[in-house]
Amino acid sequence: MLVVACIKQVPDTTQVQIDPVTNTLVREGIPFIMNPYDTNALEEALRLKDRFGFRVAAISMGPPNAEATLRKALALGADQVILLSDRVFGGADTLATSNVLTQAIRKLAEEEEIAFIICGKQTIDGDTAQVGPGIATRLGCAQLTLVDRVEEVDLKSRRVRVRRKLEGRHEIVEAPMPALLTVVREVNRPRYPTVPMRLDALDGTVTTWNNSVLQLNEQSIGLKGSPTWVTKIFSPQRDQGEIIGDGVNDPVGTARLLIDKLFSKDVLPL
Amino acid sequence: MTDISAIFAPLFITSILFFVWSCYRRFSLVTLGRAEDRFSYPGRRLGEMLLYAFGQKRVVSRPFGINHFIIFWSFLILLMANGEFILHGLFPGVSLTLLPDRLYLAVMLLIDLASLLALAAVLVAATRRIIVPPYPMARTFEAFFILGLIATLMLAYYGITGAKIANLDETGRALARTWMPLSSIAAGLIPAGSGGSVHEACWWLHAVALLVFMNFLPYSKHMHILTAIPSCYFRRLGKPNTLPREEFAQGNSYGAQRIDELTWKDLFDSYSCTECGRCQNACPAAITGKPLNPRQVIHDLKMNLLTNGPLLKKGCAPTLPLIGGEGEGSISREAIWSCTTCGACMESCPVFIEQMPKLLTLRRHLVEVKSDFPEELLNLFENMEQRSNPWGIAPSERTKWTGTLPVKPFAAGETEYLLFVGCAGAFDSRQKQVTVSVATILDQAGISWGILGKEENCCGDSLRRLGNEFVFDKMARENVLLFQKKGVQKIITSCPHCFTTLANDYRQYGLEVEVIHHSQLIRDLLASGRLKLDHTVTDLGKIVFHDSCYLGRHNDIYDPPREAVAAATGTVPLELERNRENSFCCGAGGGRMWMEEHLGSRINHNRVQEALTQEPDTICVSCPYCMTMFEDGLKDEKAEQVRVRDVAEIVAEGLRR
Repeated sequence: MLVVACIKQVPDTTQVQIDPVTNTLVREGIPFIMNPYDTNALEEALRLKDRFGFRVAAISMGPPNAEATLRKALALGADQVILLSDRVFGGADTLATSNVLTQAIRKLAEEEEIAFIICGKQTIDGDTAQVGPGIATRLGCAQLTLVDRVEEVDLKSRRVRVRRKLEGRHEIVEAPMPALLTVVREVNRPRYPTVPMRLDALDGTVTTWNNSVLQLNEQSIGLKGSPTWVTKIFSPQRDQGEIIGDGVNDPVGTARLLIDKLFSKDVLPL
Repeated sequence: MTDISAIFAPLFITSILFFVWSCYRRFSLVTLGRAEDRFSYPGRRLGEMLLYAFGQKRVVSRPFGINHFIIFWSFLILLMANGEFILHGLFPGVSLTLLPDRLYLAVMLLIDLASLLALAAVLVAATRRIIVPPYPMARTFEAFFILGLIATLMLAYYGITGAKIANLDETGRALARTWMPLSSIAAGLIPAGSGGSVHEACWWLHAVALLVFMNFLPYSKHMHILTAIPSCYFRRLGKPNTLPREEFAQGNSYGAQRIDELTWKDLFDSYSCTECGRCQNACPAAITGKPLNPRQVIHDLKMNLLTNGPLLKKGCAPTLPLIGGEGEGSISREAIWSCTTCGACMESCPVFIEQMPKLLTLRRHLVEVKSDFPEELLNLFENMEQRSNPWGIAPSERTKWTGTLPVKPFAAGETEYLLFVGCAGAFDSRQKQVTVSVATILDQAGISWGILGKEENCCGDSLRRLGNEFVFDKMARENVLLFQKKGVQKIITSCPHCFTTLANDYRQYGLEVEVIHHSQLIRDLLASGRLKLDHTVTDLGKIVFHDSCYLGRHNDIYDPPREAVAAATGTVPLELERNRENSFCCGAGGGRMWMEEHLGSRINHNRVQEALTQEPDTICVSCPYCMTMFEDGLKDEKAEQVRVRDVAEIVAEGLRR
């Protein structure tokens, strides 16, 4: 059986700044990384591989340079990596993206029964958390979002039980397989690639599927298939701060002043 | 005496054959180790061997070292006596009496006195081991057995010579009283007429003790008698404890997980240890109750070699894993990760055993092949690889420390020095103040300097000490290329870890530039008069100086920071009890900075407590890690009234007045 991990290469957003004049992302020289939540998705796929002997396929839609992130997936232990890359995929919103990923998963399913599809909770560049559920909807399979623990996998009855991490509570949910999981960071601690695996990954195969492979209607992908688009990016204006108290000569009094202010603005809960 | 040789000759030949066979069995296992060049500079090696093995320079530097010196040299002198003894036993016609009379008498006097010295030293050693052993576990049967054998040899010697003297006429006895005074005393104790039987009994006692001693050697820690001298000869030359580079190619192995993946010198080291315990008494991990004991590590390597070596020689699989906890393997993971790489073990070893590099070799295996490391390190590794600093702060923040200072970028041809700010100097809020002080000093002295700014990367020190050689290798190559591209010739660092990495580790990558720590530069600037300090810093009170391991032990820089402080304050800083070569680590080296300290007591507490006994107002450091460890330790010890200052801060303070 196959576990598909959907991963995305994103700019290291801690290093991205917004040009205050043009209101666009300054991406020059910013390194790309594997979306942090997706490292947990891949890790969970690899753990299922370790436990049940599944095969792991990592897929990613992106420009040709996203190959680097897929090689990292190989180094971590993915058996197969596929880059979904085509000019016509470009400019996609979450709907168009999930169309492409869904088609790729369907194609993989022709070859091998799929046990799970695992995505990160969201990406750190788009922050929508929509692509995972989008895929599940299109595939017509169960979607288990915000998973922080895979409790049980019953291969006989083809059912899975997971724990979802919600605000202030957990929820145990059971669903039939194949199921799509989106995972939060707490689900696991990603492994670190060994040197032999890294070296093997350099020679490993990254398969590229373009639209002539996926055969999607161009109206459903890329910019054309995207009902939403970003019109503007900007940093919110912050109110000028004020300096209160005298931290050098009266640190205790100043700290008290600060605490009072935070309480009065309901920043700190009582 | 022919009847003696008839029995002694076959006994001796059997013994010597057994001895040679034992030695062959042990030493042939050393050849299982990987190749390593320890043959370069034979002249220098010979000189240092004479100094350290025959001169016993390191041995005598610690308590009871003189005692060992006496035993060692008595043994060398007594080689003559024992040589004669064996030859005489085999060929009764051969004896020292064949020498010219004057020389014979002189030799006999020397032997007579040396035997007494050896006997006295052995008694001191035994008494010491009973009353104040070097470490509690040192009271072993083996230790006392060997001391007993040596004492037996000496007493038997006096028995033999005493009996001979007793049989002499008055002229002979008078001569003996002058040239063999102690043997003459022994002669006086022998009842009249029993000289012959005493001689025979003592001769055989001596013979048996000698042969037992010889054959016991290869099976005991006293094998160091055979290996310590070559161990000094084959020592790692130079101070830097830089491990060799690794080659990354498919099919290669990394670090060591089997005894035969260590080098031959590593294996030889395990035979050279006499378990004196000096390393464990200097090791910050051992002292604070961590599961690392450098003496035990070397012992465990030896036991692993003796268990697995014969199997490996036959091409079979080893049965005892090298890495693993109790009962599972020889050296536990906890021990491997407890090392701060401070180098105190190596500094204290009289025969230059290299404990720390072996642990780093094991770390390499754990990290690179097994991905098996304390979980705190995952973030560090990712941060280093993605953002080239341990904290994972955006590289664009690297220049924030400059504030309003007019700091120029380094420009080849225009700028003399590159100030390699370092990650702590650029990101750590406390250390940023030190960087500002360094900048102030450089400007006051009119130095032409610049920085790489956002282009600067981490030097990778922590990665190398933690065994993540793969990522270190990548960073080192990038950094060396960057320095070369920028035309950097001289580099100032304010961190001893950057210092050692750039100056020593990067040499392996072809970087040949001048690297100096800011304390050295300050000392030079004071000497040349470009910087003037007039002892005006008085409000720091009593200052004690703490040596950074990587500046001191690893690079022999002890005086420059002390001189800089003295110039600023007019007073030489106070010394901690453990100082200079014997300094005690702050606890943050070897990547320990980024790990939790769950086991035993805290190393920085131990050091802070030591400093507090001097009742200082200020603790002076020269390293960002030491800065953090002392500031944290002082908080924990509720001694926050004591300040921690970098050398540069004290000097900059002096310039402000």
